[in-house]
Amino acid sequence: MRKNIARWSNLILLSLFANSIFAQADTSASGGGMNLLYALVVLILFILGMRFFGTSKVLKKDGNTIVLTKGQDLHLEGAAEKAVNENVQSKTFAVRPPDFFNISPIPKVVVAVGEEVKAGDTLFFDKKRPEIKYASPVSGEVVAINRGAKRSISEVIILADKEVQSRSYDAFDLNGESREALVNYLLDSGVWPYLRQRPYNIVADPATTPSNIFVSTFDTAPLAPDLSFVVEGQEDAFQKGLDVLGKLTDGSVYLGIDGRGGKVAGAFADASGVEKQAFNGKHPAGNVGVQIHHISPVNNNNIAWTAGVQEVITIGKLFLNQQFDASRLVAVAGEVNNPHYVRTFQGANVGDLLEGNLNDGSYRLISGDVLSGKKKDKAHFMGFFDDQITVITEGHYFEMLGWLLPQTKRPTVSKTFFGGFMPSRTVKADTNMHGEKRAFVVSGQYEDMLPMDIYPQYLLKSIIVGDFEKMEGLGIYEVVEEDLALCEFACTSKQPLQNILRQGLNEMIEQS
Amino acid sequence: MKGLLNFFHKIEPDKEKSPFLHTVFDGFFTFLFVPNHVTAKGVHVRDRMDLKRLMIFVVLAMMGCYVFGAYNIGHHHFAALGEYTQLGEGIGPKLWYGLLKILPILIVTMAVGLGIEFYYASRKGHGIEEGFIVSGMLIPLIMPPDLPLWMLGLAVVFAVILGKEAFGGTGMNILNVALLTRVFVFFAYPTYISGDEVWISGVAGVDGVTGATPLALAAKGGWEAVTQVYSASDMWWGFIPGSIGETSKPLIILGALFLIFTRVASWRIMISMVLGAAFVGMLMNGFAPEITADTAGVFKFMAVPWYYQFYMGSFLFAMAFMATDPVTASGTNKGKWIYGFLIGSIGMVIRIINPAYPEGWMLAILLLNVFAPTIDHFVVEGNMKRRAKRAEAIA
Repeated sequence: MRKNIARWSNLILLSLFANSIFAQADTSASGGGMNLLYALVVLILFILGMRFFGTSKVLKKDGNTIVLTKGQDLHLEGAAEKAVNENVQSKTFAVRPPDFFNISPIPKVVVAVGEEVKAGDTLFFDKKRPEIKYASPVSGEVVAINRGAKRSISEVIILADKEVQSRSYDAFDLNGESREALVNYLLDSGVWPYLRQRPYNIVADPATTPSNIFVSTFDTAPLAPDLSFVVEGQEDAFQKGLDVLGKLTDGSVYLGIDGRGGKVAGAFADASGVEKQAFNGKHPAGNVGVQIHHISPVNNNNIAWTAGVQEVITIGKLFLNQQFDASRLVAVAGEVNNPHYVRTFQGANVGDLLEGNLNDGSYRLISGDVLSGKKKDKAHFMGFFDDQITVITEGHYFEMLGWLLPQTKRPTVSKTFFGGFMPSRTVKADTNMHGEKRAFVVSGQYEDMLPMDIYPQYLLKSIIVGDFEKMEGLGIYEVVEEDLALCEFACTSKQPLQNILRQGLNEMIEQS
Repeated sequence: MKGLLNFFHKIEPDKEKSPFLHTVFDGFFTFLFVPNHVTAKGVHVRDRMDLKRLMIFVVLAMMGCYVFGAYNIGHHHFAALGEYTQLGEGIGPKLWYGLLKILPILIVTMAVGLGIEFYYASRKGHGIEEGFIVSGMLIPLIMPPDLPLWMLGLAVVFAVILGKEAFGGTGMNILNVALLTRVFVFFAYPTYISGDEVWISGVAGVDGVTGATPLALAAKGGWEAVTQVYSASDMWWGFIPGSIGETSKPLIILGALFLIFTRVASWRIMISMVLGAAFVGMLMNGFAPEITADTAGVFKFMAVPWYYQFYMGSFLFAMAFMATDPVTASGTNKGKWIYGFLIGSIGMVIRIINPAYPEGWMLAILLLNVFAPTIDHFVVEGNMKRRAKRAEAIA
């Protein structure tokens, strides 16, 4: 910052004095090879400028760490304190078909209301791919099967027992059995949906073998849980889970390690049988999609699978103890009385987890982070893959001349605000749009927020006009919503980038 | 604030019954109050930045040009009439005279342009987009002070309807609207916007007053001819006749730095445009023949030292405010370098070689506006090829 001011003020002074310097020079400059030489120098300057400041250079190598220079961390108030509050527990849990893309809207539900289930028991399966079973995260009684529009199943709700009991499993010999047997075991056990496939971020297809499997071990999203804290005490299960993943691919299992200089849990740093790659950079450097892009970019012939850290632990526990254990440490963060971690299970009730922790007022409850999470009510349930609940103020207010003279501090990446020069400042956020939707006007803005060799605006425009060849060529396979979420946050024109991208991804799925 | 808000809610016109009035109301209301809309899909938190702020920052950057422009009009008017001939004299009357010249131009531009914008916004049923604020503020700065207002109005109608609304409004236009306005006047009424007579306000018919711009002099007699009338320092500080806002180089540079510092305009375009202009200026210097008494004017122009080319004409203004329009410029970073460099070099060629009109930025920028999508196409194509190659290597 100070360096910038000095640099610019020097430039201003220089340009002001240029006048007196040139006044000494000749009045005519005809002929002479020197001028042609100068011209050559200028041409070289131009080419160098284009070379070094023209390509979307996003990557520097620093030893073994990949340094990503684009993106932005958003520092919001209410980061979860690193302590687990054991007194909070959800009474009900749900598995929601809408959490999975590319699943038919009316899956076959195999349980009935009133039926008792154990953790790991199948609740429903997709009619298109009946081999993939979606399991109950807890044991208890099925209390409701709710339907949404056009009779689609929106959620299957289970009232949990005090002590969660797992369904019983046979032990599986990881080294002795074939890959096929392993796949069948995973499918049957109900942990298969934890494996997701890129492109598209859909549940992995059991019939394919991924080139590589990727796990990001740090989350750079605003107020995200610290995965090094989450994995504490689960080292064995995590390692076991990685061993399982290793059997599923002919390539490697890659761990994206936090290279920003903080403390990295031993479970990640000392993991064996995997390739480790450190990343240093701002959000979205922790997104697995960004990491894949810099290790082995996805395309139609190079399919990658991904899994979250806690999902790997659940898979690991299945093989360690023959138990279905979908327990989750969830960060409850943002504008709550006590931002903390709670120990619960996948798909917990949002209202239960926030019990007694909310102030009066109008708040937005989000399962996930503020950039790519889903809006929830107290009666709703957390997303299948989410390990974070964020609470922020609803922004139903008019702000007089707010676009010109902002009256409060809010997160921004724009250098037209003083806040844009203080990216590490912690601020409050609300859900106000801060403006109205407009056509794409500004260029180069998304590129600054996405550390990938991709032109987001051109990709999005190709989606809007439905040009499949361009979508493919511009890298639609390499991104999912969360990767473009920061671009959407920064967008001056308030365009719904994630929506546009998902529409394009869905069209691509239909085509393939 | 609450009372004001209630008052506005009370007078809000009905959307069904009078859509035009409602659109106009909405346009002004959203300027006064950021609406209470909240995020619905996608991100839950939005950046504070919006298009209104972006546009107003460009306007802020050109404020210096406005103030100086007003003073400069007055200064040349009075100096030509033999009153207040020194720079420091009669600042009040000079500013006042200039203001009286600029205001009608600004009002006509805004009234005509915004009127059309409002009409199309209500017809299409969407909010008023802010694009014309910047265009409307730029147009007066690139006009001569005595341009008949009906010509201006006609030009704005042409530029906004054919240049912008026909393509779909703000963000969709291919050509820079402000420059399109000027080019309309330039080709339809050339005698009102070129030559030696139009640049000093209110002196038509006064004997012995010539208001030739430095460029016009340079095109005939090279740098020698220019310096007989204007000093380099006058040209640098802007005390020369010309379009209203383009003469003061330090104020334009300050505006450009402001735009770069706030990341509103692309520094890549500005830098590469300077490089492009300098490149051709140097080439011209290199190939200029030895100057004798009967050398043709164009060769004398070629021999003007390249760095003095930046002192004359509207290069810096075009660089800071015209070429950097994000909608009509190239969208990719690499494209921006090429786009700027081509504007710089082509504009300089037009300026020096063109026998009729010694200035090139307007035409060069419009030309490159047309080619900007092509430049981007090749840059984006490069990205696609890189990706395809990578895919082949993996498969």
